[in-house]
Amino acid sequence: MPPSDHAPLRWPARLHVVTGKGGTGKTTVSAALALALAAEGRRTLLVEVEQRQGIAQVFDRAPLPYQERAIATGYPGTASGGGGEVFALAIDAEEALLEYLDHFYRLGRAGRALRKFGAIDFATTIAPGVRDVLLTGKLKEAVTRTTDGRRAYDAVVLDAPPTGRIGRFLNVSAETARLAKIGPIKSQSDGVAAVLRSPVTAVHVVTVLEEMPVQETADAVAELQRLDLPVGSVIINATQPPLLARGRLSQAEVRRGLAATGLPVDRDVVSGLVAEARAHLARREVEIALRDELIALGRPLVELPQLPGGVDLAGLYELAGTLLEPARASSI
Amino acid sequence: MVTTLADDPSVQRLDIDGVLGDPAIRVVVCCGSGGVGKTTTAAALALRAAEEHGRRTVVLTIDPARRLAQSLGLSELDNTPRQVHSVKAVNGGELHAMMLDMKRTFDEVVAAHTDPKRAEEIYVNPFYQAMSSTFAGTQEYMAMEKLGQLRARDEWDLVVVDTPPSRSALDFLDAPARLGRFLDGRMLRLLVAPARTGGRSVFTLVTASFGLFSKLMDKILGAQLITDLSGFVGALDSMFGGFRERSEQTYRVLQAPETAFLVVAVPEPDAIREADYFAGRLESERMPMAGLVLNRVHAPQTTAISAADATTASEEIRAGNPVAADVLLVHAGMMARAEREQAVTRVFTRSHPDVPVATIAAQPVDVHDIDGLREIGLALAVG
Repeated sequence: MPPSDHAPLRWPARLHVVTGKGGTGKTTVSAALALALAAEGRRTLLVEVEQRQGIAQVFDRAPLPYQERAIATGYPGTASGGGGEVFALAIDAEEALLEYLDHFYRLGRAGRALRKFGAIDFATTIAPGVRDVLLTGKLKEAVTRTTDGRRAYDAVVLDAPPTGRIGRFLNVSAETARLAKIGPIKSQSDGVAAVLRSPVTAVHVVTVLEEMPVQETADAVAELQRLDLPVGSVIINATQPPLLARGRLSQAEVRRGLAATGLPVDRDVVSGLVAEARAHLARREVEIALRDELIALGRPLVELPQLPGGVDLAGLYELAGTLLEPARASSI
Repeated sequence: MVTTLADDPSVQRLDIDGVLGDPAIRVVVCCGSGGVGKTTTAAALALRAAEEHGRRTVVLTIDPARRLAQSLGLSELDNTPRQVHSVKAVNGGELHAMMLDMKRTFDEVVAAHTDPKRAEEIYVNPFYQAMSSTFAGTQEYMAMEKLGQLRARDEWDLVVVDTPPSRSALDFLDAPARLGRFLDGRMLRLLVAPARTGGRSVFTLVTASFGLFSKLMDKILGAQLITDLSGFVGALDSMFGGFRERSEQTYRVLQAPETAFLVVAVPEPDAIREADYFAGRLESERMPMAGLVLNRVHAPQTTAISAADATTASEEIRAGNPVAADVLLVHAGMMARAEREQAVTRVFTRSHPDVPVATIAAQPVDVHDIDGLREIGLALAVG
């Protein structure tokens, strides 16, 4: 079976929330997942909410407006035609609020006048809960939108806030309930909460095999489960190929190898190479232990290789292909 | 051929001991984007200041990893500096450490600016509770507040601060101003009006559009919320001036020559981009930047064999000598990585050629004891 046929099977949700500790490659993984989910002519929307313009940077584009724009073609399909379209959107809380007001109160240009009073600034900064309801509300709208009886998007991928803030970000109804007991904010947030807690949603946690990110991944999975939010996969990013898994490392062996290809065999070179190899082995020991901790979380594990040339579009497609491979037995 | 960053003649080396040992330097601020090792760097610098320079040092950490906190003897957020006893200081140096308790710091600010009865009213208000624990920017603001307090007490030779794990390094400079602007803002002034006149919906009709505005606010936010907010704002009203003054004071400390900013980064595009912005921002705010600390740098142990040569040779000998073949691939990876890291770092060193740089080699395991911090301090001093 071609790998892309696995997309709905491997990634069953429609709203994919991608979190992770800062620096683990959340945005890269989100972009690759959006490409993967757009395989076989499916349409996906890739969303960011933190005004970082991370999506634009990953795809090497000009900054994104608050508007859904086609940004790439999905992972090339093999069976039924090419990849579908990937759209991108940078949600801005202020714009989302104005859109919301316009939609529900037919404000038109009067809404813009609210800016003069700092009302927008106020509503989007005073209560982080309100801000998050606006952001997740827009997300819900994109997930549930239909045009001519057809879903606007087959899947929506959110490059979400990092692990430290993800629980609060997604636990919208609880956050706003502290401030608004009734009224439109309350009903809006209840609607959003229902979608986020349903099987439509999967929250994936991106990590690398380092101590702090793994710890934060475990913390985030526990927090999400406690909040009844559906945890999807744990995605290990930037993994290294398993080198020196067998055989005994010795200076003599390395010297013989170098001599065989005519490379320099002086002492400094040989001991330098051996020192690098030993550091690699020490690192690998740590990685094995950390991977075990991640396995113990009981979520599907997906491993993405470190891209040797850094992240570019070709690299994103490579990662997308890996994301579409069927889950390995050992990782479930 | 790859040379390490430390060998690059166009890059100045950061003299970290010169900063830590200078009695005129009273505050060191470690800033940078999340996940670059700010907290560990701050702790290592503070330890070195105490042990090697005999300074009475306090380190303010924001959100330390559990094991790092434990190694400093910090088991809870208690907002009180505690002496770290495992420090080997010979010349009178001391290390004290504390973790920021954002809510408690906010409570202290409130208490300092109002009478006990008013303070109680503020503490129970749901708006205050939301704001003091979750307001985007409160942590940054309170970190600055705490820094201001520690500095004002003049008990310490040196205060080392870790900055909050902001989405972007700039938040830390902007948040106090944003919070100040918010508390001082026109919007709040308008909402205060009903509180002052005693009724919740008695919005003064300042302008014609304000009528629309107040109706809207009632509609969107709901009446209860407006009442709570008015109460909150009314109670805080008397403190506006004080808030502003304090944050301006701290801002001035940050601009003074007694402060040294260290921008912490890792050689990855995002972190370097943030560091670049931040250095530019510090310059435009006329804040004293001492240098860049580059964490987790990969340096090959030998540069005699290039990545390409190592890869080719690896293939040639794989059949006969798989161990040496793997060793060469490890080396090729290391060389390629070092080259990439240097290319990324050049983005910074080219646009800020005058900023000195110190590097710390990547470690296979994280640091979570005093010995590990000591080694990092030493690595920083060596450059």
